Amino acid sequence: MTPALRVLAPGLLTTIQDRGRPHALASGVPPGGAMDRFAHAAANLLAGNDPAAATLECTLSGPRLVAERACVVAITGADLGPRINGDEAEMWASLALGAGDELAFGGRREGARAYIAVAGGVIGDRWLGSMSTNLMVGRGGMRGRALAQGDVVAAGEPLAGLRPGRRLREDLRPNYSDHTLHSIPGPHPLVQLFGITFQVGRDSNRMGYRLDGTPLDAPAAEILSFALVAGAVQLPPDGRPILLMADHQTAGGYPVAAVVVSASMPVAAQLAPGDELHFASTSIETALEMRAAQRAALDSLMI
Amino acid sequence: MPPQRSRVRVRVYPLGDTALLAELGTRLDTALNTRAIALAAALQKRRDVRRAVAGHGAVTVQFDPDQITHDALAAAIRRLAGKRPPVDDPGRLHRIPVVYDGPDLEAVAQRTGLSIERVVELHGRPIYRVFLVGFVPGWAYLGPLAEELVLPRRATPRTQVPAGSVAIAGPETGIYPLASPGGWHLIGRTSVRLFLPDSDPPSLLRAGDRVKFFPLAG
Repeated sequence: MTPALRVLAPGLLTTIQDRGRPHALASGVPPGGAMDRFAHAAANLLAGNDPAAATLECTLSGPRLVAERACVVAITGADLGPRINGDEAEMWASLALGAGDELAFGGRREGARAYIAVAGGVIGDRWLGSMSTNLMVGRGGMRGRALAQGDVVAAGEPLAGLRPGRRLREDLRPNYSDHTLHSIPGPHPLVQLFGITFQVGRDSNRMGYRLDGTPLDAPAAEILSFALVAGAVQLPPDGRPILLMADHQTAGGYPVAAVVVSASMPVAAQLAPGDELHFASTSIETALEMRAAQRAALDSLMI
Repeated sequence: MPPQRSRVRVRVYPLGDTALLAELGTRLDTALNTRAIALAAALQKRRDVRRAVAGHGAVTVQFDPDQITHDALAAAIRRLAGKRPPVDDPGRLHRIPVVYDGPDLEAVAQRTGLSIERVVELHGRPIYRVFLVGFVPGWAYLGPLAEELVLPRRATPRTQVPAGSVAIAGPETGIYPLASPGGWHLIGRTSVRLFLPDSDPPSLLRAGDRVKFFPLAG
């Protein structure tokens, strides 16, 4: 483990994330982990890492970083306008940084969360088996908090002989501009959910998104709390749905009208407050086909 | 009485393409919760199950769709749920000291038509069961509460409830592990820490444990 990137400016919210700590659910600890698992895995594979390694998740405005040593990096997910020493940097590709090179972001063009993988894997504090940052509890990643100016991000030893220049074929990248969230009706289905265009509310974060739109007819019945999953669309009594994301509360007693399928969660992760979205009812079979297509896209980086 | 071999009706609902909810019942019931915890433990042993977490009367199962289909797992769950439930292991008993001076104690007494002393007595008398640990780190749903104390949640939740607040709502009681927003009625406080971030598991209480409150003289 050696220092890899020094933080000149942290951006709005840049955190260390891996695939989270789902085994801690039974203690009420949110599973956490990268919001866009596809972009996270792709970044790691491009950088020659295990797909489960930690990366930097950069929200809405990216950080300004300087390389402490030569390293290979990959940037995926949202297009926040990445630049290396002022020149546009290719996304979904492995890039070489020399010591002193500056990686910065010019501005958001599409999506909400970009991922930066460093060859060797980003290294942060491990808490309950994961390096993911949990901001509520203040554990994991960079001492349990978002990156701050002056922090130095460490990375593991990269494989010897790793060369830049690997890329994910353009047609295999997610289409983040289609804000359709394919969903399977849940235990408390509500047909109405599928006919409305929603807007991601301002009070939205890694825990979940409040959705603004025509309020839904939420059933008044109280339900005994049960364990929840990311992607669940909860219906509180005010009829404003909540889409649960990576740092979601682990249990709840609101009706669950639908659950976004795994292949649509990367798109959900790339929504920002103000973005419009709609839910489309789908079958388990179709969801698994979409999932297989995403798997094949990642597999293309493993041959 | 030996446990009944009665057939349990399980309703299985998909939760997306990689999880499902197996609902054994919808009442607050210790026997139902025992079955849910046993079912979750049995499912957790399977290679095709990533995570099985018991709720009050349901189990949320995250599975690997490359290894098993939704329908095959639902069938396996129905078989497991039909089996004789294990004898409920009594769970660890935690004795928790409480100073009964919460900001809602008087209002609870008024709304239930009881004296404050009676509210305290009714709250401190039962040995509660931990039905579920979840919502926020270390939070435990404890119950059942004495029927006389059952009240709906506050109409307007507080934006900040101090850690250690002892609260009631509906048929349950609980302790806020962290300072957080909350809609339950605050009747007391304790110094016992429920969330233990440096331990693994990081929660003092586990589903199936028992809790007895005792009043500290104020």
